[in-house]
Amino acid sequence: MSDPTVPDPTVPEPTGSVGFDELYQLNVNGETRDVRDAWVGESLLYVLRERLGLMGSKGACEQGECGSCSVMVDGELVCSCLVMAASAIDQPIVTIEGVAPIGSPSDVQQAFVDAGAVQCGFCTPGLIMATHALLERSAEPSEFEIREELSGNVCRCTGYGRIIEAVQRVSVSRRADAESGIAS
Amino acid sequence: MSILSGVRRHDGRLGDSITRPDGTAKVQGSFMFSGDLEAEHCLWGATLRSPHPHARIISIDLSAAWKISGVEAIITAEDVPGQLTYGLISQDQPVFASEVVRYVGEPIAAVAADHPETCRRALQAIVVVYEVLEPLTDPERALDGSHPPIHPDGNLIRHQRIVSGDITATGDVVVEGTYVIGMQDQAFLGLEAALAMPGPGGAGVDLYVATQWLHEDQKQIAACLGLAPEQVRLTLGGVGGAFGAREDISLQVHTCLLALRTGRPVRIQYSREESFLGHVHRHPATIWMRHHATADGHIVKIEARMVFDGGAYASTSSAVLINGVTHTQGPYKCANALVDGYAVRTNNLPCGAMRGFGVVQACFAHEGQMDRLAAACGLDPVEIRLRNAMETGDKLITGQPILNVAPVARCIRETAALPLPDEPVGGHDHDPMRLPGGAGRTADRRHIRRGIGFAVSIKNLMYSEGFDDYATARCRLADGVATLKFATAEVGQGFITIAGQIARSVLGVDDVLLDPIDTDVGSAGSTSASRQTWMSGGAVNAVCMKVRGLMFDSLAAIYGVDASTLSIEGRDIVDATGVFRITVVDATAGLSFDETVEFRHAPTEDLDENGQGNCHTAFAFVAHRAVVDVDPELGLVKVIQVATAQDVGRALNPLSVIGQIEGGIAQGLGLAVMEEIIMSNGRVRNPSFTDYLLPTFLDMPDVVISLIEEPDPIAPLGAKGVGEPPTVSSTPAIVAAIRDAIGKHIDRVPVRPIDIIG
Repeated sequence: MSDPTVPDPTVPEPTGSVGFDELYQLNVNGETRDVRDAWVGESLLYVLRERLGLMGSKGACEQGECGSCSVMVDGELVCSCLVMAASAIDQPIVTIEGVAPIGSPSDVQQAFVDAGAVQCGFCTPGLIMATHALLERSAEPSEFEIREELSGNVCRCTGYGRIIEAVQRVSVSRRADAESGIAS
Repeated sequence: MSILSGVRRHDGRLGDSITRPDGTAKVQGSFMFSGDLEAEHCLWGATLRSPHPHARIISIDLSAAWKISGVEAIITAEDVPGQLTYGLISQDQPVFASEVVRYVGEPIAAVAADHPETCRRALQAIVVVYEVLEPLTDPERALDGSHPPIHPDGNLIRHQRIVSGDITATGDVVVEGTYVIGMQDQAFLGLEAALAMPGPGGAGVDLYVATQWLHEDQKQIAACLGLAPEQVRLTLGGVGGAFGAREDISLQVHTCLLALRTGRPVRIQYSREESFLGHVHRHPATIWMRHHATADGHIVKIEARMVFDGGAYASTSSAVLINGVTHTQGPYKCANALVDGYAVRTNNLPCGAMRGFGVVQACFAHEGQMDRLAAACGLDPVEIRLRNAMETGDKLITGQPILNVAPVARCIRETAALPLPDEPVGGHDHDPMRLPGGAGRTADRRHIRRGIGFAVSIKNLMYSEGFDDYATARCRLADGVATLKFATAEVGQGFITIAGQIARSVLGVDDVLLDPIDTDVGSAGSTSASRQTWMSGGAVNAVCMKVRGLMFDSLAAIYGVDASTLSIEGRDIVDATGVFRITVVDATAGLSFDETVEFRHAPTEDLDENGQGNCHTAFAFVAHRAVVDVDPELGLVKVIQVATAQDVGRALNPLSVIGQIEGGIAQGLGLAVMEEIIMSNGRVRNPSFTDYLLPTFLDMPDVVISLIEEPDPIAPLGAKGVGEPPTVSSTPAIVAAIRDAIGKHIDRVPVRPIDIIG
């Protein structure tokens, strides 16, 4: 047995309340949104969810490992848990809520439902964002490319098989739509 | 706030692969998980946890924390008005530690404040003085008496012996091994989260929480709050996966206490690190087995000793242990056995339920033994399993007969017949990304060796040992619309999908509404033990049958037909002659039927001191074949394919069944080659997704599936639970494939590079 633990002297003295005094604007899903009375240390994920009420982006690891919080910032797929909200000022942000109106899912969203790619659904919004980004870059990805490109998004329920199926369905149907468009 | 409630459902009868009723909301981000729930004037809660695995608490000083602006409540053990401890089987776990802490992460205090950052600062300002004690971290030392008891009732949670047949019997061939299973985390993505709201006028509390078993939570919370159960009303918050980790209490009592103390709504959401500390895990175990067999490979006797590390508190350890020892033989005939199993307390993280629940550990050992036996007898791994395959009517070493459909040999044969991967050794296209290790640590193609491994398992379904296991369902049928009410936790597995399918099939309706999942109806039991399709499915089926009977009776009274001749045909009710026909919508116009049913499975028994008794309810079987590429120089593994034939009874929704199989295999793969909570002297070294590795898209192989559909006459819908079996024997199949590739016994999971190289 050792002596009683001494309190850690490196812990700073409490300095009163968190400074809630920042005011800035974010451009989210095509709208300018005021962020008021914010603490500058808040992540984009926190501000989207807790200050702007956009609960579709999920937090599961806080370190950019799982992709559940994926959003587009200035055209790039990012983990919103790793981006400070105040650093995203003046950059267009697209979240899962901006992908399609409620009740009118995008082709990717509908394919996830139809293919059985959703179980608990917690990883799903991030995967929808990542899949849209993937298919923008590469319209007809190989299975291996899908695996590689989506490997930053962790799903614990599905084992990924039905998600790959969903992505492939979208790729095939977009190609069919494009070809029929050319034909007509 | 929006909780999953009466949303219009799609078409679909039993056997259809219809999609999830909550699917659209989930893909659009509008589905409300428990961590998404808000309320006016809501506070954040947070938990102070022990940094020590074993220490005496000398003092707790809250004064500095109280000075922080925005802090509304700080509570410790002194503020618990009711029972000071909780637990699923024995109530040995403190709501807050007051005298002693027994694991790193044990709750000591909780705060409520205006912002998560305020909470963090308040926790940091709480001064706890500890007298650090030596932790007990070796389960063997918990047994041998060389460490003082860490709990008033000792370090042994349970010992169970099984004595079967002639324990002096011997065989021509004897093989033995000692198998080690690491601590696996359920790692659901939706972190623990809850919202508690004080009831109006101080009348109890409403809790919205992601859980597996609302009524068990309600019972335990109410006891700790000193309230009657009906004063604690629970509603299921959207659940982001569970896998066993939500069966125990985590933040439920703390959230309610803070809400009642402040008179305001309180949310708590764990961080990932906190989640690793704040829920129970899969038990690490060490299992020694010795198999005796005839020269031609028939098992004569099995001896085994199992030690399960339960960690600091009991949770479900005693039931996990029973699952382990009673599944010692696997899905094989065996008359003679001597087994001793121990579940012990240590100062490691508490362990409890995780998908497979004790059977995962036993299976890893018995399948390693079957491969040893095959080698000793000069038999193929598939052949030795076929020679010993259990059939309906065979007895377990507990004396319990298998009454279920038991297509073990068929599972084995169909798995073995599934096509092998066309991918060449080292992968297609000479792409280095496809080699073991992928982009990070590229293996040398010339060194890659391929291996194939086989494993088979038996898994009990539902609860055991005399537990009064039941599920409740209510059905209202009016104007052609059925409304179902149950407290069955939908955790992602898809019960809400098949509930609608059952109602449509039985009642001939198209429209099925689901009421909120809450404690306003009787218990459904836990979403665990692969039991909800059987139990809550059985309850929904039974209540719909009852309502259908009332509907037929009313038609008989109105139209003068014989109710006993009526049946459902599509959307119509017809009599045996086919002359009388009416749609269900017309038949129920202006009428309303409302019934509630409790469904029970046949009772089970306790085991006696020799481990004899019909302690389990039912069983399911599965076989797995794994193909791996291994780089023996770097110790890297890539799983190329997993093939499986699974005994599902009847696939009520084949798409959902496939989802369970693929997802379960992913978790089995994780335990085989990636996932382990690494403990060092009672401290967790890797409580993050950076350091605790989960299978990604690149780690998961192709899965080839054959569903064995032999409807089980004992099951209410012919369907067996399908959630756990995929996780049970996929792990040993992958390890067997690694052994096959490198020609070396590896008897621990997860398999690490050092196990391959060393």
